[in-house]
Amino acid sequence: MTHFPVEKIRLDFPILEEKIRNKPLVYLDNAASCQKPNAVIDTISHVYRHDYANVHRGVHTLSVRSTDKFESAREKIRAFINADSTKEIIITKGTTESINLVAQTYGKANLKPGDEILITAMEHHSNIVPWQMLCEQTGAILKVAPINQQGELIVTEFEKLLGDKTRLVAVVHMSNALGTINPVKNIIDLAHSRSIPVLLDGAQAIPHMAVDVQALDCDFYAFSGHKLYGPSGVGILYGKRALLEAMPPYQGGGDMIRKVTFEETEYNSLPYKFEAGTPSIADVIGLGAAIEYLNDIGMDAIAAYEAELLNYATEKAKQIKGLRIIGEAAEKGAILSFVLDRIHPHDIGTMLDSLGVAIRAGHHCAMPVMDFYEVPATARASFAMYNTQQEIDVLMNGIESLIEVFG
Amino acid sequence: MFDDLRDLYQEVIFDHNRNPRNFRVMDNADRKVEGFNPLCGDRLTLYLKMSGDVIEDASFQGSGCAISTASVSLMTEIIKGKTEAEAEALFKTFHEMTTGKDEAIQLEAVGKLAVLAGVREYPARVKCATLAWHTLDAALKNEQKSISTE
Ligand SMILES: Cc1ncc(COP(=O)(O)O)c(C=O)c1O
Repeated sequence: MTHFPVEKIRLDFPILEEKIRNKPLVYLDNAASCQKPNAVIDTISHVYRHDYANVHRGVHTLSVRSTDKFESAREKIRAFINADSTKEIIITKGTTESINLVAQTYGKANLKPGDEILITAMEHHSNIVPWQMLCEQTGAILKVAPINQQGELIVTEFEKLLGDKTRLVAVVHMSNALGTINPVKNIIDLAHSRSIPVLLDGAQAIPHMAVDVQALDCDFYAFSGHKLYGPSGVGILYGKRALLEAMPPYQGGGDMIRKVTFEETEYNSLPYKFEAGTPSIADVIGLGAAIEYLNDIGMDAIAAYEAELLNYATEKAKQIKGLRIIGEAAEKGAILSFVLDRIHPHDIGTMLDSLGVAIRAGHHCAMPVMDFYEVPATARASFAMYNTQQEIDVLMNGIESLIEVFG
Repeated sequence: MFDDLRDLYQEVIFDHNRNPRNFRVMDNADRKVEGFNPLCGDRLTLYLKMSGDVIEDASFQGSGCAISTASVSLMTEIIKGKTEAEAEALFKTFHEMTTGKDEAIQLEAVGKLAVLAGVREYPARVKCATLAWHTLDAALKNEQKSISTE
């Protein structure tokens, strides 16, 4: 193993000290949501203790201070994904809201009956259902590019589905059910060569790798704070400025307007045009703290460490008789989905929980993926930068023991 | 290693999971209802053969976790020969036992089903145990459709 200061990092996450059913917590449900470092917890608490007031409204000192911290968090987020301007950083509740925002503004304004939206067979429900709703509203058609048995997008099939009628491509950057990292640069180039904009669902990719929206040249990028070691209830929609300028607003209300009379309303400029109502102020500032914390460690170092963890886990898993890994893409992030012969994932989940090991058992909000592999559900261990090889040993020993118990 | 789980995963449950009873399609069934738990993907089809208001035969097909498989397997055994009213009463008692509302529930009243009392301590798993019974309830009410625990 290369040197990665995992022991030091663990000390920054107070919850890792918890005992679950009298055993040390082994938290391997990071793809659902990951734990928060002191930097985030303390920042949020500090905001409420010292800096809290509504943003963008008051002339009083506290409101100015709160607005400054809020906007400096937006700048940290911008820099983290290398967006060109903070005007392109829209604060939302999370990935789900970010995608719905694009569907209901860009989508509604641009789609006509018979137009097509292209997604892949490995999408999370939140990158399926908003498009289905949009199709119902506009008469557009949802097209789905297939995956192969390894859980990789079949790029040639994807390319065939890019047609004259395709108006938008929406693809997951890294799959939460399979771990697959999609060849997004290639996907974007293929779509752009036909002038089709691309939205990336970055919910899973963002905590595992450095993301540069300008290098990718994606048109929209959506992610959630809570999977990035930050608070829940806050997420981001990155959009290219020209697209955002041309889009109608999402929700109406305070903050998103410049001037309101009963006859007419003038909308605010970017990014506020898309941010109606009071945001989750302390949480946005908390997300800024999470990003600072990650910058200190370095996303490339995190990616390298997690790749070693995944390799270790995969090798161990392959030695277990009766275990089948679901998702064996060549390009894969730190997620190990699996099923066991004759043992249901829910039983695996409960049994591992009794050992202090938290994994996810279920369909992972990707029911079409479960149907593709003809399994009702999978068990999923998903790793974060604070996990260790010893924890993977606890997991694998647990799996071997429960196979024995089930007989 | 799994000592804490002994109340939940009793040997009877493993046994029924390995060798589910009445696990077959019933061609001449009077009632056939599907149960689905979207949370975990458990799916079952329950078949009943009625003789008047007496359940003459019961069988099932489907796949689920050990708790849900054992629960439906035990249920098909226990409801055979019972009247609809008796089966409904049993459902009610079973429901109280698994959701723990009535601590003083008489375990004798549910007979063999008592092995499932352990789910009470695992709120996330209660639906696994009750899916079979909700499906039965729908079948007895003659709702020929699929039911869901959600
Ligand atoms: C790939 C992917 N997309 C979207 C989402 C939705 O994120 P959120 O629930 O934070 O809106 C998730 C979270 O589970 C995800 O894994």
